[in-house]
Amino acid sequence: MEGDLALLGKYIGVGLTTIGMGGAAIGVGNIAGNYLSGALRNPSAAAGQTAFLFIGIAFAEALGIFSFLVALLLMFAV
Amino acid sequence: MADGSGFNIKPMDQFLVKPLFGGDAVHWYTPTNVTLWMGLAVVAVSLLLVYTTRGRAIIPNRGQSVAELTYGFIYKMVEDVAGRDAVRFFPYIMTLFLFIMFANVLGLIPFAFTPTAHFAVTGVMALAVFISVTALGLILHGTAFLRLFWIDAAPLALRPVLAIIELISYFMRPVSHSIRLAGAMMAGHAVAKVFAGFAGALGVGAVVPIVAMTALYGLELLVALIQAYVFTVLTCVYLKDALHPHH
Amino acid sequence: MNPETGQTVAADQAVGMPQLDFSTFPNQIFWLVVALVAIWLILTRVALPRIGAVLAERRGAITNDIARAEALKLQAEEAGAAYDKALADARAKAQRIIEKTKAEMQEQLDIALQKADAEIAAKTAESERRLAAIRDSASAAVEEVARETARDVLAAFGAKADATTVDAAVASRIKEGAA
Repeated sequence: MEGDLALLGKYIGVGLTTIGMGGAAIGVGNIAGNYLSGALRNPSAAAGQTAFLFIGIAFAEALGIFSFLVALLLMFAV
Repeated sequence: MADGSGFNIKPMDQFLVKPLFGGDAVHWYTPTNVTLWMGLAVVAVSLLLVYTTRGRAIIPNRGQSVAELTYGFIYKMVEDVAGRDAVRFFPYIMTLFLFIMFANVLGLIPFAFTPTAHFAVTGVMALAVFISVTALGLILHGTAFLRLFWIDAAPLALRPVLAIIELISYFMRPVSHSIRLAGAMMAGHAVAKVFAGFAGALGVGAVVPIVAMTALYGLELLVALIQAYVFTVLTCVYLKDALHPHH
Repeated sequence: MNPETGQTVAADQAVGMPQLDFSTFPNQIFWLVVALVAIWLILTRVALPRIGAVLAERRGAITNDIARAEALKLQAEEAGAAYDKALADARAKAQRIIEKTKAEMQEQLDIALQKADAEIAAKTAESERRLAAIRDSASAAVEEVARETARDVLAAFGAKADATTVDAAVASRIKEGAA
């Protein structure tokens, strides 16, 4: 029964950790949305900025992946 | 799970490194599934860039067009992001891009193994980029390269604080660089495996996870290509810092 | 779920994440280096020079084609200019011919006109001459008639007048009447 309790805590922890991915989702959506609104205002300049779009998305996404990684570590490695 | 309740899903099993020809011991020289799928990536690279261009046609056929587009895409990216004088590093960046792209895409084949979902693989690549870029910056600019961390635009009082932050973020680069790629690959494959496990357990209701899997595969293909692109773009950005540390 | 699979799940969970199984790291790193070096060799020895050469060749071919098209365009322009010149020449020649013909026609016309004018003048002179003769003879006849009438009138009144006086008077009266 004690083991089950530990397991319960572990699963709750994993679930809480995955909330962090929501923050990354907000960040990525923010970047993509702002890029799109900027691109619609000035379509001629949009093509040159796609690299920066992906760099920004990558940075925001990395933090979400960190939280996913922590979840995986808790789930399988701890 | 240990008591037998819930689904029998083992999402991490697909990442196991197994010897190809039986046996259990994984020595450094053992041919494993890592070897197989990296070898397939090498074969795919030579198919894309060598086999299709064997005609050296002025007017390209379909395969040659794809090869030339890939070449032009990465060449332009290196030129745009890292600057004109970074073109001499183009072969290295092209190597990284092609390896990551094919490892990612081939890993999407069912029952395949994805080398880029392993921290050992992405970590070595990220460290190689980090070390070579840092060494390059120090060789080209000497101690002037350290001005990268000393931001002249900031007020003098803030500069030491900023320098520490910049230094930390500089050393975090290889970590985020490698974990981003491996994490994205691992996440996608694990989620796909979980959905597949649902499909196996639900019987007729399996239609729902199968449809979800189909959509997920489209997303995963996109992620596989974007992560390869992102890894190379970031390599170019770091390279630009080494070549032009004064912005 | 049979206990056997449950057992394997537990066993796998004991392994945890395969990514953190450090015993496989040397293997992965070794094969990664092999794969990267293989791709690098393929790229630098074969693929990149070949594609670069093809692209350069194509760029050269396009530049050549553009230059040739430029030359052809120049030629076409020259031909157009020559054609225009020929056209202008022909037009000028036609103009000259027209002018020449016009001049010739004018000349002939002038000659004919002069001839006609001369003839008309001659005829007019002739007519005038004849008219003058008629007028002269007519006026002489009138004088004669007047003189005679005057003499007869004078004779009828019984007045005597010598011929020269009567003639002079008649002549002066006729002159007055003419004036």
